[in-house]
Amino acid sequence: MENSELNFYNTDGRYKGIFSWILSTDHKRIGLLYLTAMFSFFLVAVTLGLLMRLELIAPGETIMTAPVYNAVFTVHGVIMIFLFIIPGIPAGLGNFFLPLQIGAQDVAFPRINLMSWWFYMSGAMVILISLFTGGGAPDTGWTFYVPYSLKTGTNVTLAVFGVFLLGISSTMTGINFVTTIHRLRAPGMKWFRMPLFSWALYATGWVQILATPVLGLTLLLLILERLFNIGLFDPSRGGDPLLFEHLFWIYSHPAVYIMILPAMGVVSEIIPVFARRTIFGYKMIAFSSIAIAFVGYLVWGHHMFTSGMSDISRIVFSFLTFIVAVPSGIKVFNWVSSMYKGSIDLKSPLLFTVAFIFLFSIGGITGLVNGALATNIHVHGTYFIVAHFHYTMFGGTAFAFFAALHYWFPKMFGRMYRERLAKTACIFLFIGFNVLYFPMFILGWEGMPRRYYDYLPEFQSLQVISTIGSWILVAGIVIMFYNLIRSVFRGEKAGNNPWGGSTLEWTTSSPPPAENFEEVPVVTGGPYRFR
Amino acid sequence: MKEGHNSHKHDFEGSKLGMWMFLFTELLLFAGLFLLYSAFRSKYSQEFHSASAELDRMIGTVNTLVLLTSSLTMALSINAIKSGRKQASLLFQCLTVSFGLVFLVNKYFEWGAKINHGIYPNAPELLQRGKGDTMYYGLYYLLTGIHGLHVFGGIILITIMMILTLKNSINREDYVRLENSGLYWHLVDVVWVYLFPVFYLIR
Amino acid sequence: MNNNAKSSGRTAIYIATWICLLALTALTVTVAGMNLGKYGALTSVLIASVKASLILLFFMHLKYETLLLKAMLLGTIATIAVIIGLTFFDVGIRY
Repeated sequence: MENSELNFYNTDGRYKGIFSWILSTDHKRIGLLYLTAMFSFFLVAVTLGLLMRLELIAPGETIMTAPVYNAVFTVHGVIMIFLFIIPGIPAGLGNFFLPLQIGAQDVAFPRINLMSWWFYMSGAMVILISLFTGGGAPDTGWTFYVPYSLKTGTNVTLAVFGVFLLGISSTMTGINFVTTIHRLRAPGMKWFRMPLFSWALYATGWVQILATPVLGLTLLLLILERLFNIGLFDPSRGGDPLLFEHLFWIYSHPAVYIMILPAMGVVSEIIPVFARRTIFGYKMIAFSSIAIAFVGYLVWGHHMFTSGMSDISRIVFSFLTFIVAVPSGIKVFNWVSSMYKGSIDLKSPLLFTVAFIFLFSIGGITGLVNGALATNIHVHGTYFIVAHFHYTMFGGTAFAFFAALHYWFPKMFGRMYRERLAKTACIFLFIGFNVLYFPMFILGWEGMPRRYYDYLPEFQSLQVISTIGSWILVAGIVIMFYNLIRSVFRGEKAGNNPWGGSTLEWTTSSPPPAENFEEVPVVTGGPYRFR
Repeated sequence: MKEGHNSHKHDFEGSKLGMWMFLFTELLLFAGLFLLYSAFRSKYSQEFHSASAELDRMIGTVNTLVLLTSSLTMALSINAIKSGRKQASLLFQCLTVSFGLVFLVNKYFEWGAKINHGIYPNAPELLQRGKGDTMYYGLYYLLTGIHGLHVFGGIILITIMMILTLKNSINREDYVRLENSGLYWHLVDVVWVYLFPVFYLIR
Repeated sequence: MNNNAKSSGRTAIYIATWICLLALTALTVTVAGMNLGKYGALTSVLIASVKASLILLFFMHLKYETLLLKAMLLGTIATIAVIIGLTFFDVGIRY
């Protein structure tokens, strides 16, 4: 950083050197710590995904054996879910931008914020250790379903303990953000003047608070069962394995809203700025975030339609699942309406956002196919499901994450990336993504089950197309990271407000000073005002 | 930056809000356990009925009284510090910790007696008694164990508060940490208020 | 002094709460001794809820807290009710 003016990079605080980062309580530094760690893990998991696709290029064993494949898809899932996409936008970008957006100096509990990062790192380290010690990498799938997770000799106990630590980290972040939004808004920052990203983080915070403890308990029970053999999930001792699935999904379904809500918030930020038009239906978008967070608790059973639940509960959960589509639909229509008659400037953040809307819509609509009881029986446990959740999680959340990175990059680093390269990366990502995952819908519909390292010869042509897609996708990822990392150091200076954004984070300098604002900002109107 | 209303320093209301949210997470944790309990109770109501008759109702009742009284002393200790009576506050905190220890000692004897009779998770004797009993005692150890850990945590927390009070770091102006510890202690009490009838009384 | 009056007023409230809690404990143990059949469980849980409310309202000062905090607690309890209730659509029927 050669910036002569004072910013949070050249204001060290109590410690020097590396300690000025890993012991920092500055939300901006913690946000960058999270981003660095998360994207490192992301690249590991991408590599694993690439290897899985390579294994599937031909039927039979090609580059790895079945047990190795089982471990690889488990670790791919665990890293992507628990280390990348759940902390993802909230812990990384949320940490950096929530206080900036509401005009605060920091989050409500800066030390707990730092502690939460340390819990995250410890959890990650424990998981990494679990891969190479004991019985080796877990091979249960990221869901850790009993009875297999109780019987397998692999290192499930340690891995699960790591995820438990990550859960604590996530809960702390949630408590911190909700308290911050309640207590630290700048003068005049009324609830309905808050940017929609902050609204999304508020809803996410509540889900983190009210769902994550159930995951913690579930994982704790799994560890205790492995150690003491109580029998709660073992039918021969009177237990019921379905209760594990219930507890697991009571957390893990709301958790998909921890993943997607902040992404939706990002999209609601970017569209008005690049359409130069206020957001359409501000209150509906804000309320739909809360509605999604709430309705998210009502639908977990749709993950268990073929597990042997009672018929009535299957009907109830299937019905409730359709309700979730309503608030999500409200958002999509509002985004599209916001662009209508706007003067659209298709810069890379908006390009990623439009890709998000397209991919997320496919993911959402195929979600209804899964939610319908009858079709679910047909596609359950097939590639159709794999395609669906990659369209929502990768096509949805990760694309919005990339959009947000490009949108806020100049604010975070005070520099600009190469716009053409960013667009090229986005196009590679978009094409690669569809070539990789769309064939999976067809494969799943035709009966290809997930989590197999082998398949029938008639599936080969689609499997090969999918593998080729993975190469295009990875090319996009490489170009994107090359562009971003290079620009951190060598990008051109960006002004304080290169996009003409109207939310508070654009009123301070880039990169922001250690205390965020020279003076406490006073807010006099809504967040998206253009001319 | 001036000390605006959005400065994060000394925001007692904010600390309390954060503490309550932490308590919500604790409630959800125990909710999961009660979910398991109610599911298995509906499955094995007869066996739960007979197994609960084997628990010592006397110990359970005494422990309930002990924990309720410890909540009183906790509340009184905060009341004392608010009006600047440091000695009284310390005495009440000390009493709270002692009641907590009494609770754990009782628990120790109760568990010990059961374990001596060969009733503990994965014990051959317990498994012989059938599925309902295995589930009942599995849950008994799980719920009272996790609750006991929370009591233990509370004891450590209040001990730290005693040290801070002694050092005048907690005083009549700045007592939010003691108040938050109190909230935690009361919540642990609330959980026991449900555990007591659920394991000892419902027959 | 005003402060002292407030303090002793609070002490009185705490002791009254404590006596109520002890009385309710005695009540619930007595009721459990009688054979109320299937209403026994319901009575016990109801008495426990009254006790829990007393602790929350007075020991934990919920009575004097903002509407916001009360709403948050109710939301949490509602979430718990939803979770357990929906699970019983499965286990309540299947068992």
